[in-house]
Amino acid sequence: MSRDSESRFDVLVIGGGPAGIAAAVRAAECGVRVGIVDDNPALGGQIWRTGLGNAHSDDAKRKMWSSRLPPEVMAFYGTRVFDQAAAGKLLAEDADGVRELCYANLVLATGARERFLPFPGWTLPNVMGAGGLQAMVKCGLPIRGKRVVIAGTGPLLLAVAAYLQKQGAEIAFICEPAGLVRYPGKISEGLRLKKALAGIPLATKCWPVAAHGAQALESVTISRAGKKENVSCDCLACGFHLVPNTELQALLGCRITGGYVQVDEFQQTSVSRIFCAGEPTGIGGVESALVEGEIAGLAAAGQAARARQLFGKRRKTRRFTTILDQAFRLRPELKHLPSAETIVCRCEDVSYSRLQEQQSWRAAKLHTRCGMGLCQGRICGPATEFLFGWKQDSVRPPIFPARVASMG
Amino acid sequence: MPDSNVNSVTLIVNGSPVNVLAGTTVAVAVAIAGRPCRTSVGGEPRGPLCGMGICFECRVSINGRSHCRSCQIVCEPGMEVKTDE
Repeated sequence: MSRDSESRFDVLVIGGGPAGIAAAVRAAECGVRVGIVDDNPALGGQIWRTGLGNAHSDDAKRKMWSSRLPPEVMAFYGTRVFDQAAAGKLLAEDADGVRELCYANLVLATGARERFLPFPGWTLPNVMGAGGLQAMVKCGLPIRGKRVVIAGTGPLLLAVAAYLQKQGAEIAFICEPAGLVRYPGKISEGLRLKKALAGIPLATKCWPVAAHGAQALESVTISRAGKKENVSCDCLACGFHLVPNTELQALLGCRITGGYVQVDEFQQTSVSRIFCAGEPTGIGGVESALVEGEIAGLAAAGQAARARQLFGKRRKTRRFTTILDQAFRLRPELKHLPSAETIVCRCEDVSYSRLQEQQSWRAAKLHTRCGMGLCQGRICGPATEFLFGWKQDSVRPPIFPARVASMG
Repeated sequence: MPDSNVNSVTLIVNGSPVNVLAGTTVAVAVAIAGRPCRTSVGGEPRGPLCGMGICFECRVSINGRSHCRSCQIVCEPGMEVKTDE
């Protein structure tokens, strides 16, 4: 893949995870000019993050898809889209400055992030997301011999536990809020994980109620089948399922319903020539992301008939998307984890009790600065939606903080 | 475990040298140095949460540029990192 100043594309792909890579590969096969943009130092997204080159559960698939990316596809790493200058022209920032990225067709494959729920002590260093801790370990964080509690819900937890154990971590507990652990589908994967996780205590009806420590985490109090228990640990890896990254889609005017970007059978959004693939259309995992990316890439390159051939494959993966959604619903008890003093908005240090006085997301922003910090509500927004039922209001540019020099 | 051909990199965190494997992110180097990344507006120490450039808790100053998301930046030799900007 090359990198130069020319930045006008027939198909521009935002996001370099499985959906974005598949879209770029398929579009490039059609002979059109393709670019792919990602804010990480390398392609792969979260699930195919290679970091320091640790062995990877999904390695064969990642290698196969990455090897299919032809050198003509221009890749922009460490590059983050923050605004659109005009229709068909995005503004992105990298370490050196601003780029204008012009497109005829756009594929948005922006992935998902973890949902975090506040509880006392969750702001302590070494309390991280489950995917967050895995990413840090892949990027070099020494974990051998460290004692880790894994908590929350979602498709990541077991895989993260297996990965961390393989890297030498001592997994004290996997805390799972559900009474019955119903990790859906993918029987072979399930069996493989089950074998990998042998010996790790899996506690059901269990969640963290407080994290303790002076300057960093020292222990966690968990609620386990109604009883409280203190567990000493070095790290708490805790995320509550995933929420899609839809800020760019919202900025570009794509219709979003129930949190997910609406697409037609060709993965086209409500805005003509803007396509969307992967988690923003429904949390479905890597298989779903790949086939949606393929369809979006082909359709964006004008190959509707070839895209159509993949509809059957996509239909099968959609079943898994529905199952995931049902399996990882949040228990209402989790709404009662924060105490009055618990910080909910980490950017502005806004406590739960201050938010309880507010009626809406907008009121909370105006009166407490909740959601007004650098993350722009990406962390506290999904939390307050669960805690208070607040809906975030419209997205305004820049969708990521940009340097003043970039704003023009 | 690192490959045999992986080199190491030395960078400076708050004035002290830190040696890490090539490919390590700045957020990890700061953790190895035993530092939180920043102090919150209410005075709490904070470290990385999301590990993927969303939460901004890992922000540090790198070579004089503030608000860098250290979880998305790979260490380079001689890089000057300052926490708690």
